[in-house]
Amino acid sequence: MSKFKKKKSGALPAISTASLPDIVFMLLFFFMVATVMRENTLMIENNLPFADQVEKLDKKDLVMYIYAGKPSENFKQYGTEARIQLNDKLADVKDIAAFIAAERAAKREELIPFLTTALKVDSDANMGLIGDIKQELRKVNALKINYTTKKGSVFGR
Amino acid sequence: MAKRAAPEVNAGSMADIAFLLLIFFLVTTTIEVDSGINRKLPPMEESDEDVVIKQKNIFTVLLNGKDQLLVEDELMELKDLRKAAVEFLDNGGDGSCNYCNGKKDPKSSDNPDKAIISLKNERETTYKTYIAVQNELVAAYNELRNIRAQNVHGKSFTEMEANYKDVNWPGNKERLKEKIDQIKLEYPQKLSEVQ
Repeated sequence: MSKFKKKKSGALPAISTASLPDIVFMLLFFFMVATVMRENTLMIENNLPFADQVEKLDKKDLVMYIYAGKPSENFKQYGTEARIQLNDKLADVKDIAAFIAAERAAKREELIPFLTTALKVDSDANMGLIGDIKQELRKVNALKINYTTKKGSVFGR
Repeated sequence: MAKRAAPEVNAGSMADIAFLLLIFFLVTTTIEVDSGINRKLPPMEESDEDVVIKQKNIFTVLLNGKDQLLVEDELMELKDLRKAAVEFLDNGGDGSCNYCNGKKDPKSSDNPDKAIISLKNERETTYKTYIAVQNELVAAYNELRNIRAQNVHGKSFTEMEANYKDVNWPGNKERLKEKIDQIKLEYPQKLSEVQ
């Protein structure tokens, strides 16, 4: 009879946490692999608009980024009007030509026709600035552009 | 000296260290946005010859500084724009377009090849609205192409394009490319922006 007697133990046995590091490491590796380090430190607000007819930019290394928006909290000294940012620095419209030339020089020659300019512009910026940027891009013959947007409906948010 | 066995290292704090790193990466991760609306700017060279385009083949969209929309001289809400653009493009007024489903209104566009959407904005227009309008106009073209592709190839245009970009798609890519180009030719994107 006593063979089937249950062992009586008052407290529940402690759950082994020995595999916890393994789980955490797994998560860690996922995030390490998925992380893309930002290329530029943004000095401007960059709240992208929404659109749903988007196409993906497939060749990351063939994209030149132009940011625009109004200077963020820490850079108030640059005013409240929307500004352009090229590579870590606030810039003027006339600097775009030089920027494009520099980007082109850094790429192999046969890839230059495939370069795309991605415009990452804050949704509250005025079209005047964008018009100026586009005009400048036309002057240097950088005609492929992409208005970077978040995926979502244009109406409701 | 007597040889002593090395004491076991306590791995209990490993989890803490891993957590610390994990939280660091969680906080610093920014998922980069890499999708958007592709456009092509017109080249700079000025052509001397003026192209004469009939007024009925132009669909004017005007965006003013207060983000209001004026389409063909009438105020319009953004949500109605897509439908109006589809109707204009698909009109097929002169009967030369045998795949159009429009009303064949003689006052509207002749055929999709001649129909041009002209978008004009002011300097004070906000970018958000401009993108919304661009999006709706592109959506109008995509809608027509989807219908056309569905009728001819039994697949929507967006699906065909997705297949074309997909590396693992098993079908014949050259054939698919031809089909895509054919549909693009039937509904060409003619979106001009006035400076």
